[in-house]
Amino acid sequence: MSWMARILAIDRRVIFVLVGLGTAIPLLWPVNLPITVTPRVEAAYQTIEALPAGSTVLISMDYEPDTMAELQPMSIAVLRHCFRRNLKLIVITLYPAGPGLVEPALRLAAAAEGKERNKDYAFLGYKSGFQAVMIALGESIRQQFPVDFYKTPLDSIPILRGVNSYSKIDLVINLTASTAADYWIQFAASRYHKPLILGVTAVMATDYYPYLSSRQILGLVGGMKGAAEYEKRMDIFGDARRGMDAQSLVHVIIAGLVILGNAALLTTRKTA
Amino acid sequence: MRSGPVILTFLVGTALIALFFIPHHKAQAINAELLVWATVIYAFALILGSISLWNTHARKIRLKTEGWPYSLVTLFALVVVTALGVWQGVGEGTVVSRIYNMVNSPLASTMFALLAFFIASAAFRAFRARNVEATLLLVTAVLMMIGRVSIGEFIWKGFPGFTEWLLDVPNLAAKRAIAIGVGLGAVSIGLKIILGIERGYLGRSR
Repeated sequence: MSWMARILAIDRRVIFVLVGLGTAIPLLWPVNLPITVTPRVEAAYQTIEALPAGSTVLISMDYEPDTMAELQPMSIAVLRHCFRRNLKLIVITLYPAGPGLVEPALRLAAAAEGKERNKDYAFLGYKSGFQAVMIALGESIRQQFPVDFYKTPLDSIPILRGVNSYSKIDLVINLTASTAADYWIQFAASRYHKPLILGVTAVMATDYYPYLSSRQILGLVGGMKGAAEYEKRMDIFGDARRGMDAQSLVHVIIAGLVILGNAALLTTRKTA
Repeated sequence: MRSGPVILTFLVGTALIALFFIPHHKAQAINAELLVWATVIYAFALILGSISLWNTHARKIRLKTEGWPYSLVTLFALVVVTALGVWQGVGEGTVVSRIYNMVNSPLASTMFALLAFFIASAAFRAFRARNVEATLLLVTAVLMMIGRVSIGEFIWKGFPGFTEWLLDVPNLAAKRAIAIGVGLGAVSIGLKIILGIERGYLGRSR
């Protein structure tokens, strides 16, 4: 068997080992490859930066553990930015498995920026029904969430005094791995005319480019790279920047394998 | 008697379209209420799904088919987690919350992480330049894979800008075309259902 034929018949376990090493080595010995902040992430950053201190931001974190590698570092970076700007945060999730991720992200970001629950942020917990909740928030937040995640009545939470609908919210941020983003665009941005920022997984990001150019969303953070750019812009070194070295090397390995496979195929065809 | 569901579909469909464009708060309250009904219908789908899951795995256990112990674990988890949730709730500090954090969360992440290995293997075997279209896709994919990560900039300074152009111009043009096409298609199907031209959702007539 020729070398090229051997390459074409490579055992998949060899590929698994290469990908495993490509992930593990940069995580153990990071090299901190350069990261350029793209205009979409910069736009998201500047939208938050432009809000005056004390503005109210509604953040819906609609994802589950399967996509936490991309979205959890993004959430922490965005939350920390909001806290740093002294914004008042109202956080919800429309995914049943969401609270298990939102709660630690909020605790971590609040501790890093020296913020307190109920004084600087409120976590209202999970509510089922994407569109129904988004529309109903325009009428009454208290009707949808009579108590917060910790069973505290909303009227007893200082930062929620006087805030009961979109009219008192200055910005909506949706961090999601699903079509929830489409509904936030339809309802929060289009119907209630609220400025909206999206944070989505890398595979979803290109679906939302048209909304960015039509100004229906004001910023777009896509995947771990977007999260890493946001961390760079914030001047923090979180899980996204740590993960980018590994993602880079695995991409190079996959691209290399694809090129090698095609070269081998071409060579064997010519010799046949 | 098929006219009943068709008339109901026409009335609900036209009412929902009208309610979307009426900004009055009463109209919006009715719209929100109707969407809550939709959520209730989704909840019934969950019940149906649970019954179906139970039936499928109970049959496997009864017939002792291959892998039946896994079915036993599935049904045990379904019953125990549901019972604990109903009994203790699902808030912070409950057993369900601990099961979620210590079992569900790492398992879900692991399943997704395994994809990287299978995608790498599949890309190596399936991504072949067999014709012009496949070659175009392959070249673009390789450029995007390298250009969208940090190492791309390390290889060539212009890489990030080039991939940005690919995303902002050819990708955006195609996405817009698809979005407009899908939108027009959805409007057309919606109208056909509301006007009773498309009746597939009623099932086959006896």
